[in-house]
Amino acid sequence: MADLSSDFVGIKSPNPFWLASAPPTDKEYNVRRAFDAGWGGVVWKTLGQDPHVVNVNGPRYGAIWGADRRLLGLNNIELITDRPLEVNLREIKAVKRDYPDRAMVVSLMVPCEEQAWKEILPLVEATGADGIELNFGCPHGMSERGMGAAVGQVPEYIEMVARWCKQTTRMPVIVKLTPNITDIRYPARAAKAGGADAVSLINTINSITSVNLDTMSPEPSIDGKGSHGGFCGPAVKPIALNMVAEIARDAETAGMPISGIGGVTTWRDAAEFLALGCGNVQVCTAAMTYGFKVVQEMISGLSEWMDQKGYVSVAEVSGRAVPNVTDWQYLNLNYVAKARIDQAACIKCGRCYAACEDTSHQAIAMSPTRVFTVKDDECVGCNLCVNVCPVEDCITLEPLSAGTLDERTGEAVKPGYANWTSHPNNPASTTAAE
Amino acid sequence: MAHSPTTPGIAAGRLAKDAYRGNFADLYAPLGPHEAIVAADRCYFCHDAPCITACPTEIDIPLFIRQIQTGTADAAARTIFDQNILGGMCARVCPTETLCEGACVREAAEGKPVQIGQLQRFATDSLMAADTHPFVRATPTGRQIAVVGAGPAGLACAHRLALRGHDVVVFDARKKPGGLNEYGIATYKAAGNFAQREVAWLLSIGGITLRTGVRLGRELSLAELQDDFDAVFLGVGLAGVNGLQIEGDDYDNVHDAVDFIARLRQATDKSKLPVGRHVLVIGGGMTAVDAAVQSKLLGAEHVTMVYRRGRDRMGASDYEQTHATSTGVRIITGASPVRILARDGKVDAVEFAYTEEDRSGMRLGDETFCIPADQVFKAIGQRLDDAPAGLTLDGAKIGVSAGGRTSLPGVWAGGDCVSGGEDLTVTAVAQGRDAAEDIHAALMGLNALAAE
Repeated sequence: MADLSSDFVGIKSPNPFWLASAPPTDKEYNVRRAFDAGWGGVVWKTLGQDPHVVNVNGPRYGAIWGADRRLLGLNNIELITDRPLEVNLREIKAVKRDYPDRAMVVSLMVPCEEQAWKEILPLVEATGADGIELNFGCPHGMSERGMGAAVGQVPEYIEMVARWCKQTTRMPVIVKLTPNITDIRYPARAAKAGGADAVSLINTINSITSVNLDTMSPEPSIDGKGSHGGFCGPAVKPIALNMVAEIARDAETAGMPISGIGGVTTWRDAAEFLALGCGNVQVCTAAMTYGFKVVQEMISGLSEWMDQKGYVSVAEVSGRAVPNVTDWQYLNLNYVAKARIDQAACIKCGRCYAACEDTSHQAIAMSPTRVFTVKDDECVGCNLCVNVCPVEDCITLEPLSAGTLDERTGEAVKPGYANWTSHPNNPASTTAAE
Repeated sequence: MAHSPTTPGIAAGRLAKDAYRGNFADLYAPLGPHEAIVAADRCYFCHDAPCITACPTEIDIPLFIRQIQTGTADAAARTIFDQNILGGMCARVCPTETLCEGACVREAAEGKPVQIGQLQRFATDSLMAADTHPFVRATPTGRQIAVVGAGPAGLACAHRLALRGHDVVVFDARKKPGGLNEYGIATYKAAGNFAQREVAWLLSIGGITLRTGVRLGRELSLAELQDDFDAVFLGVGLAGVNGLQIEGDDYDNVHDAVDFIARLRQATDKSKLPVGRHVLVIGGGMTAVDAAVQSKLLGAEHVTMVYRRGRDRMGASDYEQTHATSTGVRIITGASPVRILARDGKVDAVEFAYTEEDRSGMRLGDETFCIPADQVFKAIGQRLDDAPAGLTLDGAKIGVSAGGRTSLPGVWAGGDCVSGGEDLTVTAVAQGRDAAEDIHAALMGLNALAAE
């Protein structure tokens, strides 16, 4: 049985699944039940200075849905905790005392002034919390007041605040990054430069989930007006994975611990974040949608998969896929694949045909009896047919072995590896054309 | 309660009063808005979809389902009605499992097709509930066309002609319009007086005059119609009923199933309809199933359907057969009636012989058996009676060429009365619609233009 226990920058938890700083971790009542359900740790919902903030009194969430109203993406305009600091600190202390084996990290957001940070850190430390997470990510409301994403979008501020915190507290410092930025590597480098122990990402993405076509108000609508919110849930996972990978493979930040956040809904999502370099994952939308119990599927699923693959620890999984993330220019242009349709599995819907015909290469033939076949002389191996086929594994992309004739180019598939950097069509080619 | 299912002989009110309402209400509850969206989500939006090909009226099914899925049920209904103005009834009575749903790729994939019939009902009900008519007539052409028969073929023809700007007079022999939709299908398939509501909605396009109680060959002659109108469409259906041609065919309590079904449809209080304790239905088509199932729903204790060939040859689909057996109807196949036995002039039992079939044909074997019966329904097919003189027949039905043209100039035909049909509402609609387009083209000289 795989060991799921996790040690993230010295913070120990029985599994790598933490609840992210968000509404589910706003109070003792919730966090106790989350721990009882099996969560390895929590990042307590962001604390700020008193007087505490207020929230809107209308809707805070908007959403997008897939089939059967399955929630695919959630947007929120909720701010940091709207409870007094003292109440939160007291509850954090009580919970940590009763659940010593669980990770208790406290998210913080105070004005970008050294004094403000120096005042709050000892109060948090006194609770017995295991670490802090600096909320430099919230894109709405707080950013208008010079906090959250407003800090996270300026690498110099990140470095400065991280340094203040490291100088003031013994607790590990995790910097939570905003994705609302052009290149995630710069804030990550700044966090490292400031001495942060780790980064966590992604925070939510600026978003308007929908427009009410009757009232012409963005959703969620507060008295006829809407404001952009922070987008999260399954829809953001691909964006998060890329940003995690960018940091994991950046020479300046490689090896820096990463807590992965962004649409983790199943054990599989979690495993992917781990593979791209995360030491653990944080979950929010899945718990908000389905309740705390989802962690049990994540634990059993990750455990079963690790057993199947022979991984004995989470650390062993972490970063396994990072060496395989590369730049486009290094992809092997000698790799030639063709779509193959399993006729026994095909249900003859013709979606592959429509997609190929109307999108790209007219590389699928349709017979009068609805038999669909790939035209190898047209197929560029783009994978679109695979993606639109409703039957899993009915269409696959199969590589041609070296020496095989590629009917599209009329040339044999070349052995070995060749990329764009040395391609004769590349004006900057590093190798002269043969 | 005076009577029960076990009351001997023929009796009304075999069930508790409340039971009738449930028994003859909608067989399936219509989909609610969320159910419809969930069902619509299952459609793959196939390329050149097999369901469209399988539909005699070629409704663009993937498109209308996508329109439901995106919250525009009225647009979905418009997509349906463009092809099939009786899309509401077809959603209820089509044997979808052998048509669109049978062709659905999800049927092939997992044995569970998209619920096309139910989705079609959802869309058409939605638009019809708004009580507006989605079509606007073209500029009046000044042409007048007679449509004989207000069944599915005639109504579809009349609507399309009216749409094209022609004036139409629809004649029907019965008191109410609708044809088999009103008189010929089980009550639970068109609950809530749907057939009449649908006709009223269809006629609201304008330009169609309805004259009921007028029968071709009685108050009307084809020659007169040809003189008085620019074109004539015959959608007269099959008024004749085949007899058993055996001893006892004329005994008391031996009925035509179509009459029984019609009477049932018209009865406002089903508890007043008498039905036998032992009911025997002879035949294997939809009419036989409708008669058998409804006998059971009226409270008959034992209902048996007997069909002369095997199950696979029955006109009733697998689905209909299963429905019959699930309501308690017993189905016997491979037997043919040889004699009706009577007591005091009333049917008492029917003697059957097992049939034997090989390449040379079917014959009766020596082995026989008897089934007790208080009431016998004959459902062995209908035929065209009294076809107007001058029409060339193809077999026993009116022969037509493309576009529904008969052998007489200016006379078109469609629906059950023409050869080559499948005796389905949806086929009749397609033929009526296509004949209307052909009539329109002929009257407006479009064919000649196209030929130039």
